[in-house]
Amino acid sequence: MTGEESALGLVFGGDPALFAIVRLSLSVSLGATVLAALLGAPLGALLALSRFPGRQAIVVALNALMGLPPVVIGLAVYLLLSRSGPLGSWGLLFTPTAMVITQTMLVLPIIAALTRQIVEDLWLEYRDELAAMGVGPLRRVRTLLWDARFSLVTAVLAGFGRAAAEVGSILIVGGNIEGFTRTMTTAIALETSKGNLPLAMGLGMILLCIVLAVNVAAWGVRQFGTRFEH
Amino acid sequence: MRFQVKMARACLLLLGSAISATALAAEERSIVVASTTSTQDSGLFGYLLPRVQASTGIVVKVVALGTGQALDTARRGDADVVFVHDVDAEERFVAEGHGLARHPVMYNDFVLVGPAADPAGVRRSPDILRALQAIRQGMFPFVSRGDRSGTHQAELRLWKAAGVEVDPAVDRWYRSVGQGMGPALNIAVASDAYVLTDRATWISFRNKGSFTVLVEGDPRLFNQYSLILVNPQKHPDTKAALGQQFIDYLLSPAGQKDIAAYQLEGQQLFHPNAGSPAH
Amino acid sequence: MQAFPENSTELPIRFEGVSVHISGTIILRDVSLDIAAGAPTVLVGPNGSGKTTLLRAAMGLVQPVSGSISWGGRQHVSPLRRALVFQRPLMLRRSVADNLRYALATAGVPRRERGARIAALLDLVGLRELAERPAPRLSGGERQRLALARALARQPAVLFLDEPTASLDPAATLAIEELVRKVSAGGVKVIMATHDLGEAARLAGEVVLLHQGSVVESGPVDQVLRNPATEAARRFITGQLLL
Repeated sequence: MTGEESALGLVFGGDPALFAIVRLSLSVSLGATVLAALLGAPLGALLALSRFPGRQAIVVALNALMGLPPVVIGLAVYLLLSRSGPLGSWGLLFTPTAMVITQTMLVLPIIAALTRQIVEDLWLEYRDELAAMGVGPLRRVRTLLWDARFSLVTAVLAGFGRAAAEVGSILIVGGNIEGFTRTMTTAIALETSKGNLPLAMGLGMILLCIVLAVNVAAWGVRQFGTRFEH
Repeated sequence: MRFQVKMARACLLLLGSAISATALAAEERSIVVASTTSTQDSGLFGYLLPRVQASTGIVVKVVALGTGQALDTARRGDADVVFVHDVDAEERFVAEGHGLARHPVMYNDFVLVGPAADPAGVRRSPDILRALQAIRQGMFPFVSRGDRSGTHQAELRLWKAAGVEVDPAVDRWYRSVGQGMGPALNIAVASDAYVLTDRATWISFRNKGSFTVLVEGDPRLFNQYSLILVNPQKHPDTKAALGQQFIDYLLSPAGQKDIAAYQLEGQQLFHPNAGSPAH
Repeated sequence: MQAFPENSTELPIRFEGVSVHISGTIILRDVSLDIAAGAPTVLVGPNGSGKTTLLRAAMGLVQPVSGSISWGGRQHVSPLRRALVFQRPLMLRRSVADNLRYALATAGVPRRERGARIAALLDLVGLRELAERPAPRLSGGERQRLALARALARQPAVLFLDEPTASLDPAATLAIEELVRKVSAGGVKVIMATHDLGEAARLAGEVVLLHQGSVVESGPVDQVLRNPATEAARRFITGQLLL
């Protein structure tokens, strides 16, 4: 994306390269968030409901993982997927898949830790009644996850926010290849480094709008959810 | 267990192709070329790659890093071809057995840019060595990329040729930023410092401020680019056939013509010189 | 409503020397008690006398530290045959109908039967018009009715109720009592805790008087209330015993 076209011009002109970048950004971040939610929410719920020696240590560790530096994950995944690494023959380096993997690893602790907190709080309320109904452990997880659905949506959207804003790790494993692994954040980094600040700002605005829209949706969901509150 | 691994891999590939419509189709006839940020930023690839694809059907994925990083990526086998501009590093790369041979393909030039006010007075002479000496003499601020890139290595060679010893730890006027050309230029403009840059990056740089080209045309500022195919003996996963096809195209008259045809703001940036004596 | 279970293996519920400690405090002290099938058994006593704990022990939710509890002569029976309505019942964050659906699902009722059963239960407790309302938005009386319906969804042989009318107004109280009467008449053994003597008088067949974790007196309600045998019972009935 060279040249002196202004970002607005690109947006309203329907520049296909720009759309490709936005589409990739959303696919990667949404894909990672969905995966992380599918894996992380049940994990967090299980952790909330189980009692075993060392559980407290795991809870603390999980909370700490929320603050994992993305570049560290990026580097670790890069070494895994590199052709000279253990999973090199899978040919995943410098592909969107690698980016999804990395972001999933970043978002999973967030969703798991938040879910654990949400479910644990709810469990205090639900424990007696579910015990009286003889509800088994697996059903307990499903019941609490469903009843906590609105709070969980908030947690998932927090995860999405983290993924959408991230640049360091996907830069390393994706390579910022034009047309293949260039997302909004990596494009912004690139254009900034080229001194192409107006374009970088334009991209930044678009990213901001997307994140804003997601947060508005989250707020909407929470509002709707209050009808099920006491 | 093997089956589960295969399933996992298949799922991941499906995931990948679901995300990028072009991914699955492109995978087969694609190569990874490790190149430099300066080449990428010049816009050359945006112009060249569609033509390469049209002619050879190969989808080229360019990972743009500094020369040092690009060669390291290739050392890990993560690239099929390297396209960089640092003779010494390239020769070492080939000597180590990671690459088959150097193929000089084109050159561009470096220029010394600085504030219009030009406190060191380098504008007066087209001699880069004298210019560097003047900067050292007056201890005027100078920004270096400091990132083992081709540009950085060229800069270090010039200091050496000028007989100037620079120690980033001691010389406060010499700022080693450890970043790509764009950020280095940003920093230079912001701090009114002299900086050595490739012409292409300079032309497309948006943030020039009062800066202008002060020294150019000195033969010592000549910047040779070469293509190297990663050695498939050493890295079996290398897509050697496709990589060679890519190299062959760029070295061919058609490819050389494409390189010459690329212009930025009305200026030709790269001069094809495949087949000339290696620089 | 189901007919009186032929071979109800839940009853009688027998407490033999049962003591229950919670967080180091003695809540039930050496309780020996027989709860037989038939008319409702009502536990009465001041706050803190151990009514709730006795109910929970009979439900199988707490383990005694000494003594034993048996159901129909057995140490363990399926929890499905028992149901408990809590004093402040939990409203699942779903609609009223979905709360019932959940209870039916956990009781193992097949999917195709659930619709009809939900309708029947809603009619029984008079919540038909509120079927789609989010359960957490129900009033106190409505919540108790929903909790009752939920409990009945399991078609229990024994129904425990922990002070169901404690926080309800008189109209809601009467509605609940009417339902309890109906349920009992249908053959379900009702075991209910209350601190309201009037309610005990209205509903009980047998009444059990608790004080400070021990059974002070038990027997047919008329007898205990009119001619209490023990001093403690007499003082409670006349309102002198508060703790």
